[in-house]
Amino acid sequence: MAQVFPKSSNTLSKASIVVAGLVVAALGLATININRTTYVNTQSMPIDQVVQFTHTHHVGSLGIDCRFCHFSVEESSFAGIPPSKTCMGCHSVVWKDAPILEPVRESYRNDTSVEWTRVHDLPEFVYFNHSIHVNKGVGCESCHGRVDKMPLMMRENSLNMEWCLACHRAPEKFLRPKDKVFTMGWDPVKELGVSQEELGLKLKEENHVQSRTNCATCHR
Amino acid sequence: MSQSTHHGDPDALIGPGHTMATLTDKISGIVLTQKHPLQWFAITGIAAIFASLLGLTVLNLFFTGIGVWGPNNPVGWGFDIINFVWWIGIGHAGTLISAILLLLKQEWRTSINRSAEAMTVFAVMCAGMYPLLHTGRPWLAYWLLPIPNTMGMWPQFRSPLIWDVFAVSTYATVSMLFWYVGLIPDFAVLRDKATKKVQKVVYGMLALGWRNAARHWDRYETAYLLLAGMSTPLVLSVHTVVSFDFAAGIIPGWHTTVFPPYFVAGAIFAGFAMVLTLSIPLRIWYGVDDLITDKHLDNMAKVLLATGWIVTYGYAVEAFMCFYSGSTYEEFMLLNRLKGPYWFQYWSLLLTNCLLPQIMWIPKLRRNIWALYFVAMSVNIGMWLERYIIIVVSLHRDFLPSSWGMYAGSRWDWAMFLGTLGFFTTAFMLFVRFLPMISIAEMKALVPHKPGLTTGGRGAAAHH
Ligand code: HEC
Ligand code: HEC
Ligand code: HEC
Ligand code: HEC
Ligand code: HEC
Repeated sequence: MAQVFPKSSNTLSKASIVVAGLVVAALGLATININRTTYVNTQSMPIDQVVQFTHTHHVGSLGIDCRFCHFSVEESSFAGIPPSKTCMGCHSVVWKDAPILEPVRESYRNDTSVEWTRVHDLPEFVYFNHSIHVNKGVGCESCHGRVDKMPLMMRENSLNMEWCLACHRAPEKFLRPKDKVFTMGWDPVKELGVSQEELGLKLKEENHVQSRTNCATCHR
Repeated sequence: MSQSTHHGDPDALIGPGHTMATLTDKISGIVLTQKHPLQWFAITGIAAIFASLLGLTVLNLFFTGIGVWGPNNPVGWGFDIINFVWWIGIGHAGTLISAILLLLKQEWRTSINRSAEAMTVFAVMCAGMYPLLHTGRPWLAYWLLPIPNTMGMWPQFRSPLIWDVFAVSTYATVSMLFWYVGLIPDFAVLRDKATKKVQKVVYGMLALGWRNAARHWDRYETAYLLLAGMSTPLVLSVHTVVSFDFAAGIIPGWHTTVFPPYFVAGAIFAGFAMVLTLSIPLRIWYGVDDLITDKHLDNMAKVLLATGWIVTYGYAVEAFMCFYSGSTYEEFMLLNRLKGPYWFQYWSLLLTNCLLPQIMWIPKLRRNIWALYFVAMSVNIGMWLERYIIIVVSLHRDFLPSSWGMYAGSRWDWAMFLGTLGFFTTAFMLFVRFLPMISIAEMKALVPHKPGLTTGGRGAAAHH
């Protein structure tokens, strides 16, 4: 039987080495990066809720403090989600018959909760605590972004472990004075005329902020 | 049918009357034309059933979790690590034969190296399966590699377990390359002799355009030697690293410096036992006892004997150190081996690994396939028991009596072990069916040279 491969297949096979190398490199890059895409971690995607509550309106225009609704953010691990009663304080007066608010009124009448879908949800094996962050001067904005500009709540950051660690390894890049924790759009250069670096190191010193990277900090 | 030499010289490495052409025909004929013996179908059929059992156990593991296995608290390592070490050890004979014996110019390696290398590749596959499945989520196994993952952390480079990842993956890669590079000239022979289109295409692709040109041979020899050089340290390093998995721990019976050398010797011991286990039936079924001669068996038996003594020495030093160290825990560990709940396994280990192989001192028995097969099987079992003893006995009773426990492999453990045996056998049988189980190119160098043919060329000028 004659040979089935012509001489030109040599060139082809040499080329295929290069192609194979490229394919391997591409696969490697894909493996590394696929978990960082918004497709996998649903970062920056608005989440549909039963009531289209907007922080833009309530925080941005009305200027309500976070703690008015997220009442336990300073004392507890859990920030707290407001009960319907909190909403009804205003909404029994403004927009009191608006159909968009019917689920809130209904839950208020029946003494049940509005079923919000969680936007931030760490896996069960991670321990997170709001109070330590808030009390050491990490602003809501550092983790949740410009909430006052979010028509619908979305996740600003990936909540990947590398994200937590990026701050835990160098918290000074994010620290701010404790009375500015709830402020949105705060900028040390504009407000105090110092760089974040300088301020951060000072606050780190003052508030005894530690760099916590031990596994047991978050996996207990 | 075997040991009585049917040819003149009992130490010949190749039967009389072979020329380059008869060799090529005989070896390539097994793949291309010869009908396969009934035993081939029987063994492959049975093995394939067990290989499917492996699939079943792995599926069950995925859906249920690693709780289906036996490990518990305190015995956190069980069949998974026992079998991992057992399989990876078996692979070592292949590398030793193909690399070290090549560099030492031991001609008797030639007819057994191909199948030993195949054995290595399949054994490493079986071995690798265990730690990957033991992670519980093998699809996340890439976490073991130092790539910038979303956890923002590297693997723990101070842990022998991560050295294992590198050792075993390097080993798998180099073994596979070695095997493949060695096969290239033979693929070309198969391509040229093939009569069916499929064979021509498949072997042709695998032959990578080999034309037997002098330049091809020159590069081939360089590549082969380089690979041999690279694999040589691997024979020592892989099982050394595997032994560190234990020796770096502080558990009594593990924390000893004798582990690396005696693990390496044990690996070669186990590996040669497996080479014998595989090559004796092949010799009979395919009538290749003129290529895998009595001299080969004799040499392998000697290696078995030598490494068996190193292993025995290891056991003796271990026992001696238990008393000499003055550590109560070490001392207790030894007594627990001798007369604890696993005494039967320990004494069987001494019997199968140390005592029974001693019959190989008798020259006649070294060439008797029944005796050899018996010893090979005994060592296969013994080396498995060795890992069982090291892992289970040390873990089940360590420092605190309040946390003592017992271990037994679960049904699924056994099913998976049988499954890997089935997978290994199936893969090996397919290798025999589709690839030349003896290196054609290298065997040609053993053919008595006719005047006029220069030495050294691995049959470069032969054929076509
Ligand atoms: C008027 C009450 C109110 C105020 C004030 C308010 N929030 Fe909210 N917040 C809510 C409600 C209701 C939800 C749940 C609905 C949603 O996710 O959009 C929520 C959700 C969130 C979530 C997402 C929780 C999850 O599901 O993971 C974050 C983060 C958040 N708020 C941050 C803030 C910050 C920061 C401030 C202050 C700058 C603030 N909120 C002020 C009512 C409020
Ligand atoms: C401090 C008073 C106050 C509280 C508390 C409050 N709201 Fe409002 N809400 C308003 C005002 C004012 C508007 C805007 C009316 C307008 O634009 O005409 C509004 C508007 C809305 C709207 C209409 C959509 C839009 O354009 O923003 C929704 C939905 C709503 N609020 C939901 C809620 C929910 C749910 C809560 C409880 C978590 C809540 N509000 C708590 C004052 C309040
Ligand atoms: C260090 C980063 C960080 C800071 C600072 C932070 N949060 Fe969060 N927040 C998170 C994470 C992470 C979650 C998800 C927690 C979980 O799933 O258990 C979360 C969840 C929430 C939730 C949902 C309820 C809950 O507790 O799970 C609300 C509401 C919230 N944050 C509000 C706030 C407010 C208001 C502030 C500022 C006072 C704030 N957060 C500051 C990281 C932060
Ligand atoms: C923007 C900065 C920042 C980010 C992002 C951040 N942290 Fe923190 N975290 C801190 C600071 C600052 C502290 C206080 C350290 C100290 O001084 O003890 C802290 C403390 C903690 C503590 C308490 C440590 C203890 O010993 O009590 C936990 C738990 C924690 N962080 C979990 C997380 C997790 C989980 C994430 C990611 C989801 C995260 N943090 C993201 C800044 C951050
Ligand atoms: C600052 C908090 C923090 C610290 C410190 C931390 N982790 Fe994490 N870890 C996380 C968070 C948050 C996740 C979840 C990330 C996600 O879902 O992508 C996580 C996820 C993981 C996971 C993935 C688990 C899974 O099944 O997906 C592993 C493994 C892990 N961490 C190991 C470690 C180890 C080992 C250390 C110590 C070297 C450590 N972590 C330290 C916050 C932390």
